[in-house]
Amino acid sequence: MATRRIALSVGRKFVQKPKSLAACACLQNRSYASSSNNHPDAASLPGLATSKILRSSRDQVFATPELKHLGGGETAKINLYQAVNEALHTALAKDDTAVLFGEDVSFGGVFRCSMGLAPKFGADRVFNTPLTEQGIVAFGIGLASAGHTAIAEIQFADYVFPAFDQLVNEAAKYRYRSGGEFSCGGLTVRMPCMAIGHGGLYHSQSPEAFFAHAPGLKVVIPRSPIQAKGLLLAAIRDPNPVIFMEPKILYRGAVEQVPMADYTLPLGKAEVLKEGKDVTIVGWGSQLYVLETAIAMAEKAIPGLSCELIDLRSIVPWDIETVANSVNKTGRLIISHEAPQTGGFAGEIAATIQERCFLRLEAPIQRVTGWDTPFPLAFERFYVPSAARCAEAIKDTMSY
Amino acid sequence: MLLRALLPSACRAADRCAIPSNLARYSVALAAASRRRFKTSASSQNATSAAHQNHQFQESTPDKLNKVLFPGALGGSFYTESLHFIKDYPTIPTYRVLNTDGAVIVPDSDPNLSKDLCLKIYKDMLTLNAMDTILYEAQRQGRISFYMTNYGEEATHMGSAAALSLDDMVFGQYREAGVLLHRGFSLDEFMSQCYSNELDYGKGRQMPVHYGSRKLNFQTISSPLGTQIPQATGAAYAYKRDGKKACVIVYFGEGAASEGDFHSGINMAATLEAPVIFFCRNNGYAISTPAHEQYAGDGIASRGHGYGVATIRVDGNDVLAVYNATKEARRMCVEEGRPVLIEALTYRVGHHSTSDDSSAYRSKKEVTDWQKTDSPVTRFRKYIESKGWWSDAEEASWRQETRKQILKAFAEAERKKKPAVEELFTDVYGGEMPWNLKEQKEKLRAVMEKYPVEYDTSDFTAGLRS
Repeated sequence: MATRRIALSVGRKFVQKPKSLAACACLQNRSYASSSNNHPDAASLPGLATSKILRSSRDQVFATPELKHLGGGETAKINLYQAVNEALHTALAKDDTAVLFGEDVSFGGVFRCSMGLAPKFGADRVFNTPLTEQGIVAFGIGLASAGHTAIAEIQFADYVFPAFDQLVNEAAKYRYRSGGEFSCGGLTVRMPCMAIGHGGLYHSQSPEAFFAHAPGLKVVIPRSPIQAKGLLLAAIRDPNPVIFMEPKILYRGAVEQVPMADYTLPLGKAEVLKEGKDVTIVGWGSQLYVLETAIAMAEKAIPGLSCELIDLRSIVPWDIETVANSVNKTGRLIISHEAPQTGGFAGEIAATIQERCFLRLEAPIQRVTGWDTPFPLAFERFYVPSAARCAEAIKDTMSY
Repeated sequence: MLLRALLPSACRAADRCAIPSNLARYSVALAAASRRRFKTSASSQNATSAAHQNHQFQESTPDKLNKVLFPGALGGSFYTESLHFIKDYPTIPTYRVLNTDGAVIVPDSDPNLSKDLCLKIYKDMLTLNAMDTILYEAQRQGRISFYMTNYGEEATHMGSAAALSLDDMVFGQYREAGVLLHRGFSLDEFMSQCYSNELDYGKGRQMPVHYGSRKLNFQTISSPLGTQIPQATGAAYAYKRDGKKACVIVYFGEGAASEGDFHSGINMAATLEAPVIFFCRNNGYAISTPAHEQYAGDGIASRGHGYGVATIRVDGNDVLAVYNATKEARRMCVEEGRPVLIEALTYRVGHHSTSDDSSAYRSKKEVTDWQKTDSPVTRFRKYIESKGWWSDAEEASWRQETRKQILKAFAEAERKKKPAVEELFTDVYGGEMPWNLKEQKEKLRAVMEKYPVEYDTSDFTAGLRS
C-alpha cells in the first residue's frame, strides 16, 4: 500500500524542468501513465526495477553521445509503450502520407501503443484492418510502393508467420528485383516480442533470426523507451522495409526520461552499455537486463572481473565493428538471446567474430540462449537464458 | 425506440418480441453499416428469396421485428424457422458484346471506340502474338532461358488496358504483356528484359517476362502467385489518400485466386474501400490443374458476394465486353471509391510456359477447337472488318511489318551485353551498402581475379566496380 502511494506521487513528478506537459501526447490520458516498479511484468524481469541501463535523470540522458546534440530540452518520464506512442505521434504529425494500421490499433491497441492516434489523425490514417497478417503486411508494401509511409502493426511477433512470404519474398526483394524501378522503403512492421512471464508458445517468441536471413530487410530491437522512440523514428524514415520488434515485458516495466524532441538513433549501430576489459557480452532487447544482473553476479563472484556489455540494437545490418573491436580488447565473447539456440542469431555473430578475431580469442565463443524447444508456459523460467545461466557462462569463459 | 413502438400490435409470440432496449440501438448501427453494401429493404429480401427459388423459407411475420440485430449481421439478415441449407446459388451470367462472328449483338453495347484505338488494339494483338512466337522459339533454341506466351488472352489484356489511363497503376501476375504493350512498352524493352541485357530495367536479376516499368505505372512482376493482390489494395488506398482520380488494377489467374493473398486482398479492399479493380483471368488452367480441380463454386465471380464487392463476369475473349466492364469498373472505383471484381473467362491456348508441354494433360484437339471456335483475335478482326477499317491486305502487310520490327529488336537485344557484375550487389538496400555486402563483394573480386576463366566477364558490360 505504502509503496503504491509513493509510486503514484513519484509518477506525478514525471516531468523535470522545463515543466510544460503539452508536448507529451501520450500523457494526455494520465490514467495510463504508470511508474515501473510495481508492475507484475517487472517481477519476471527482476533486473528491470533497479537497472542502471535505464536513463532516469535528464543529465544522464543528455550526456549520452547520441543525444548530446539535442542540447537539453523537455523530457518526460514515460514507459516504452508511451515512447512508441510518442514516436508514432511524431511520425504521423510530420509526414502526411504516414498511416498506422493493424488489428485493434484504432481504440489504442492491445498494448496501448496507438492511444490517442485515431482521434487525433483521423480514421483514414489510423485504422483497424481485418484479421490477416499476410494482408496487413502486403497492404503496407502496396502503400509504400506508391510512395507512402506505411506503419503496420502485427499484434504479436508469434503471428507474423502468415506474412512471411510477403516479408521475405516481396518486401525484402522489392527494390532489387525491379532494378530500383520500385521499392517499398516506406514500410515499417512493428510487433511485440519476447517473454512476458506467462506467454507460452504463442505470446513469447523472438523471430529475429528468420528475418535476418532475408537480404533486403532490416531488423531492429530497442531495449528501452529512449531507444524505442529514436530507433522507431529512424526505422520509419529509413528507405528500407524495417521490422521493429518491441520486447513486450518492457512496455510498462521500462521507464526513462525520454526527450520530447523529434530525434532518431542510428540503425546498424550497436551501443556499449558498460565498458569492461575481460569479456564481451552481446545481447538485445529485454535480455540486456538479465545480462546486467548476470554481470553483477559474476563480478561479485570473481573479484576484479570487468565485463563489457553491448546492446546490438540492429540485428541486420549488425554492427560488427563495435563487437569485433570489443572482442579484440577482451578476447572473450558471450552472446545471449531468448530465441532457441539452433539457427539463432548468436550463431551468426559467433561465426563472423571467430573469422575476424580467431587468434585473439582466449576461449570458445559462448551462446546462452533458449533451449531448442517451443516456448513453454509452466517451464518458462527453466527455458529462458536466466541470469544464473549467463553468470555461469561468464565464469566458464573466464576459467577456460 | 422505433422497434419498441412496433411491439404491441405486430407481436405474435411474446419472447420473439422482447427486444432488450440496449440492443435496439444496434439496429440503427446495423442499418448504417449495411447502407453501403447491402440494401435491407423488402426488395432485397425478395431478391434473396427469389434466389433460393427451389425453397420457400417459412418466415415469421415479415416486419422489422424479424430483423437480426447481432453486430455481425451486416447484410440485414432476417429470422426464419425453416431449417434449410443453401446448396444451389444462382449462376452469374457472362457479359458479352460481340458474338463469335465479331458482330455486336445489342447495338447499344458497342462502345464505339475510335478507328485509331481499334486498329491499335488489333495491331497490338498481332504484335503480341508474333513476339510470343519469336521469343518462345528463342527459348527453344537456348537463346533465352524461359518464356511465357499469352495466346488466347489477348482480349483480356487489350480490352482492359484500353479502358484505363497511365495514371492507373497496374499490378500483374505474369500473363499480361499485352497491357504493357498497349501502354507503350517497346519491343526493345521487352527483349532487353528477356535477354537480361544491360538495358533491362530490372538489371538482369529476374527470369524473362518479369517486366516492370515505372514510367508506364506497371509494377515489376514477381514469381510468387497472388502476392500482388493485397499489395494492389495498399497502393489503391494510397491513391485514395492522395485524392487521385485514378484506380489500381490487379491481374491474377483463377489458380492464384486460391491463395490466401486473394482473400486478404479483396477483403481489405472492401472493408477499407480501396479503389482497386480485381481482374481475374480465368483461363481454365493453372499449369495442368483444370478449373474443376481449383474450385467447386461458381468461379471467382461468386466470391465477390462473400466480400461485399461489386462483381461482373465477362467474356474474356471479347475485347469490347472487357473494355466496357473495365471502363465501368474504373468509374465505380474512382467516383464511388469502392473495389470491383471482374472475372474474365477465357482459354489458355499456349502451354503454361516453356517448361510445360500441355499435351501431357489436355488433347491438342481441345486447343485447336478453341482456336477455331472462339479466338479473341479473330472476333475482333471481324469486328473491325465489318467497320471497313481492315482488310486481308492490311493484315498481311502488318504481320510482315511487325515481324520485321520484332526480329530487329530481337537481334539487337541478343547482341547486347549483360549488365555489369557490380549489379549483383546493388539495390539490395536503399541508402548505404551494408558492411557484409561490401565484404562479400571483395571476396568475390578476389576469386574472380584468381579464376578469370571460370569468372569470364566478357558477356557483361563490366565486372565489379572498384
